[in-house]
Amino acid sequence: MTTSMPTAPDTPVMISPEMTFAELKDNFALFDDWEDRYRYIIDLGRKLPPFPIEFQTEANKVRGCMSQVWLVPGHDVSDGRRFAFAADSDAHIVKGLVAVLGILFSGQTPDTIASIDPEVAFGDLGLDQHLSPSRRNGLVAMVQKIKEYAKA
Amino acid sequence: MSALARTLPIRAFDVAEIRMDFPILSRQVHGKPLVFLDSAASAQKPRAVLDAMTQAFECEYANVHRGAYWLSEKATTNYEAAREKVRAFINATSDSEIVFTKGATDAINLVAASYGRMVLKPGDEIVLTALEHHSNIVPWQLIAEQTGAVIKVVPINADGSVSVDRFADVICAKTRIVAVAHVSNVLGTVLPIELIAQLSHKVGAKLLVDGCQGIVHEQVDVQALGCDFYAFSGHKLYGPNAIGVLWARAELLAAMPPYQGGGEMIAIVTFEKSTWAEAPAKFEAGTPPIVPAIGLGAAIDYLNGIDRTAAAAHERDLLHYAMAELPKVPGVKLVGTAQNKASVQSFTMDGAHPHDLATVLDRSGVCVRAGHHCAQPLMDVLGVTATARASFGIYNTRGEVDALIVALHKAREVLQ
Repeated sequence: MTTSMPTAPDTPVMISPEMTFAELKDNFALFDDWEDRYRYIIDLGRKLPPFPIEFQTEANKVRGCMSQVWLVPGHDVSDGRRFAFAADSDAHIVKGLVAVLGILFSGQTPDTIASIDPEVAFGDLGLDQHLSPSRRNGLVAMVQKIKEYAKA
Repeated sequence: MSALARTLPIRAFDVAEIRMDFPILSRQVHGKPLVFLDSAASAQKPRAVLDAMTQAFECEYANVHRGAYWLSEKATTNYEAAREKVRAFINATSDSEIVFTKGATDAINLVAASYGRMVLKPGDEIVLTALEHHSNIVPWQLIAEQTGAVIKVVPINADGSVSVDRFADVICAKTRIVAVAHVSNVLGTVLPIELIAQLSHKVGAKLLVDGCQGIVHEQVDVQALGCDFYAFSGHKLYGPNAIGVLWARAELLAAMPPYQGGGEMIAIVTFEKSTWAEAPAKFEAGTPPIVPAIGLGAAIDYLNGIDRTAAAAHERDLLHYAMAELPKVPGVKLVGTAQNKASVQSFTMDGAHPHDLATVLDRSGVCVRAGHHCAQPLMDVLGVTATARASFGIYNTRGEVDALIVALHKAREVLQ
């Protein structure tokens, strides 16, 4: 009936981090307790670009046991050669950890992505338990996907 | 050895004393005392189990059966003594009805692959409930695919209970196998096994009970339950992992073909044909989990040494206390409130994903499970993607329920 229906975009807005991992690490060191650290991580997640519900599809889902994670790969708008991604989770902390992965990977060159060991980075933040390969969770699967997409 | 264990006096139940028997309970995590509320996933082990396994490895270890030397005889005696302990624990009529497996999953797969393949014809029905663990769903799907059998599902009520009437609706002349949990790992619901057994047998079907969560909370008598197969794992029963038990009626085991081939399970082997050993050896191909079986035997001795009626009352008290306290935390809703329940409580908190909850609780030293608990079809019925779950064992205390509540208030602040 109406002709002015906005057409759905092909991809959600890609994550373009506003800080470096080193800055994140410095900020993290300011907190005394884990409640505050988790609050900060949740805030990072809340600041992610919106991930429209139409992208929360089975095809975009990364398999995990405890929470759901969706991932859409793409390219950095400022530089089409750099890999970027959009992602979301139905769990707040997981979404915040997705933002941390954004700081590590989104907008980086394929070579940089290949050279980053996210386990070490998460270890630096004291978050290693969220990304140990023995945990069959969505984040571990997400890192695998990011590495595959960046190589392609 | 088991005779000696049985003559030992049963200790009066004192949870403080029980806690001393479990070395891990005195440790801290993240600088906080450990509050372990995940025994339904895997229980902690008493010192007696650890000692029995160390003793078996240090002093009495060799492969079992057909060893001509003393050490192998000794290991065989210990392994078979564990089988006798299991038999007595569940009141089976004979040792030969006890098959040691890798775990409960392995035991259910054994029944599906051996008994299922033997009896199922196209159009035959396998009856499950909506609250089953994946390990009591997927083995049946595999065998249904291979035989043309069909899976029928008994629905559950909103509070997580199961009505016998619903079973009567679904079980029919086409039913060959009924497979149900004794106790739901998500909801804690205790199923009316005796009545389900009667309904199954009326149409000539056999009843398998997944006893993983049942055997840890109550004294199980397989003859009184009236089922045909009872499967459970060692590690949820305060024993080690890598050991499970399949109990089956002797005549069923005698009729069933082997599940896996290998050493131990044969009588005569030629390249033309092999003949099988009698049960239980027929179903224990290869070197069995020797020391885990001995550890399970030690766990049973340990449980026989405490007042299990009092232990069950203690667990019930913890469950009722948690069911009263949890809803007082703003936004917390109980999932699973059936009348007849074991000490397993799922819950959700508005605005907080169970995964986030478990992550924040962990920093308070509180271990709860979050997720679909390997019961995705049940999550669909409940209309959630996940729950958080606290489960209570013999060593938990009201103080630990309080610690959970305090941690939940804190988590709510962080996650809102």
